[in-house]
Amino acid sequence: MARMANRVLDESRDTMAELLGAKPGQIIFTSGGTEADNLAITGVAQATGKTVICSAVEHHAVLEPTAAAGGRVIGVHPNGQLNLDQLSATLEELKGDVGLVSVMAANNETGIIQPIEQVVDIVKATAPDALIHTDAIQAVCWMDVAQLAADVDLISVSGHKFGAPKGVGVLVARDGAIFAPQALGGGQERDRRGGTQNVPGIGAMAAAAKAVGRERPAAVHRVRHLRDKLRDQILGSVADAYETGEGVAPDQRTAGMCHLCFQGVENESLLFLLEQAGVMASAASSCASGATDPSHVLAAMGVPRSLAAGSLRLSLGYTSTEADVDAAAEAVIAAVSKIRSRS
Amino acid sequence: MAMSGGVDSSVAAALLIEAGHSVTGVTLKLWGGESDSGCCSVSDVDDARRVAYRLGIEHHVFNFADEFDEFVVEPYVSAHQRGETPNPCVECNRHLKFDKLMRRADTLGFDMVATGHHARIVSRQGIDSAPVRYVARGCDKAKDQSYVLYMLDQATLARLLLPVGDITKGRVREIASEIGLNTADKPDSQDVCFISSKGGRRVFLGDRIALSPARLVDVDGQTIGQVSSIELVTLGQRRGLNLGGDEERRYVVDIDRQAEEVTVGHREDLMVSSQPIRDLIWTDAPVGGEVQVQCSAHGSCRAATIKGSEILWSQPQPRVAPGQAVAIYCDDRVVGGGVTERAR
Repeated sequence: MARMANRVLDESRDTMAELLGAKPGQIIFTSGGTEADNLAITGVAQATGKTVICSAVEHHAVLEPTAAAGGRVIGVHPNGQLNLDQLSATLEELKGDVGLVSVMAANNETGIIQPIEQVVDIVKATAPDALIHTDAIQAVCWMDVAQLAADVDLISVSGHKFGAPKGVGVLVARDGAIFAPQALGGGQERDRRGGTQNVPGIGAMAAAAKAVGRERPAAVHRVRHLRDKLRDQILGSVADAYETGEGVAPDQRTAGMCHLCFQGVENESLLFLLEQAGVMASAASSCASGATDPSHVLAAMGVPRSLAAGSLRLSLGYTSTEADVDAAAEAVIAAVSKIRSRS
Repeated sequence: MAMSGGVDSSVAAALLIEAGHSVTGVTLKLWGGESDSGCCSVSDVDDARRVAYRLGIEHHVFNFADEFDEFVVEPYVSAHQRGETPNPCVECNRHLKFDKLMRRADTLGFDMVATGHHARIVSRQGIDSAPVRYVARGCDKAKDQSYVLYMLDQATLARLLLPVGDITKGRVREIASEIGLNTADKPDSQDVCFISSKGGRRVFLGDRIALSPARLVDVDGQTIGQVSSIELVTLGQRRGLNLGGDEERRYVVDIDRQAEEVTVGHREDLMVSSQPIRDLIWTDAPVGGEVQVQCSAHGSCRAATIKGSEILWSQPQPRVAPGQAVAIYCDDRVVGGGVTERAR
């Protein structure tokens, strides 16, 4: 039994390494993206005693450990992309006291892609001792993580974002990326993450990773076309509606994300009516109670709170079809019109 | 169905389903800060969701935290700053449950809204034969919540259901236990839901406003002591004044924010024949004759007439702290209400 489990772990490690452009020994299995992010941020902060830095649009799984470690937050431009000048200035200011710079590959709410290669160049030039972390959780389905994060030291990935069951993820840690483990004892994952591995989850994640590796190029092309169609149908029929991140180049959004804001619409009402019409969508991120919290991402981009209150996040996947997109557009148009006529 | 996660709204939902309604459960997220009781915590949302699973109905959480801050928490703080004793549950009902939630229900296409309040809605024939609706006391007199619903108008009453108003709290718990709801033994909520019992009002207000000391004076204006924060003093208060070995009971009879003075007197100094009020509303037509007036959630009713913006007591009554909700009753029907002002 133990041998069978070990074989699943070994083979899954190889598969994940291939998808993410890493060596098998650099793959650390975790319980998901949040644990991977925490391990990177808190782990490096503890190991180096130096400042950690992240962008203002990171997931809370990065923002909160960064805040807990007394770290710094770098703003974004109104288009949602990192303010690289501010990053440079902060690195200059902190001189050698930077342990880690964490910038996500693609944003989980808006799908807007961050300039990771430029971040790498700036950090290598200004703070060569600092490690670079990227939360690539939202990117795996739509981008070649192996390529985009080739020069990144630590990469977080979550299985359920690309077809695995919930509760499994990976932290890639390149050789020489030193961090303090957070779960001690047990010796698993070469002492970098103690605790029994979720073997069935890991096996499932590897199977999903193979499918992603196979299908991504064609899927990205097809889904991007569907997403554009969905956006154009809605924006063509609804007044006072905007795509989030004005001025972002079309190839700087993940193919599967359609993020819109509707003036004068409360997104909780919109989500409720869409659910009744069979369209499952979300707004910002959900808090522990299940309520929709105001989005820190849109706030960081300078979107007014009143407009952000009408945000809608429509996610497409590899299995989305033309018929899905038509039905979703129709439902959104009808729901917004209903809400506006009744309030 | 507005579901707080408590036993009353859980059973109310069950009763509505039994009566054949198509029910959707909604829990309001009102307060993001620290709290240990009441309607706002994550564990209450979890309880409500479990009840909804159990009853087989949809459950949603609406985030009204911004409005709660604006209409309940901030006015609560500024009322204390003015030397008033506000009633945040009444303001939450007025602005959140019976305004924001009602409007949300309209937008989403629901025809009725229900809550778990212990009160009833009764209907009488009006002059033009259209029915006039009133909130009436719940049949469990000890748990009656009609006082905090005095602000409901005809349009709201026509669309509101109060399913547990016709049964006692004991019966509510029995039903909850019969149908196996996990909230059956949950204790009643107490106190202000956004103030933790650990820090209390002093810490909550102290974090938000500067608390100022004030002189304690007797009715002749002689200084007899000091209080550390005038914002925490309530009219009618007897304890915590540190008046030493005073044999006679003495009460706060006036709070003057301008002069930073708290006047202390005997019970007879508290007694007044009239009480000014503001924001007077009537459920239907104004009532000119004798009515019964209730000035606190668990207080008793006193006979009075309402003239202009004054309550004229039939017998002298103690002054009521300014900022308190007033519910006006004819028998067990709420016919109107308002908010007390500082008595002269």
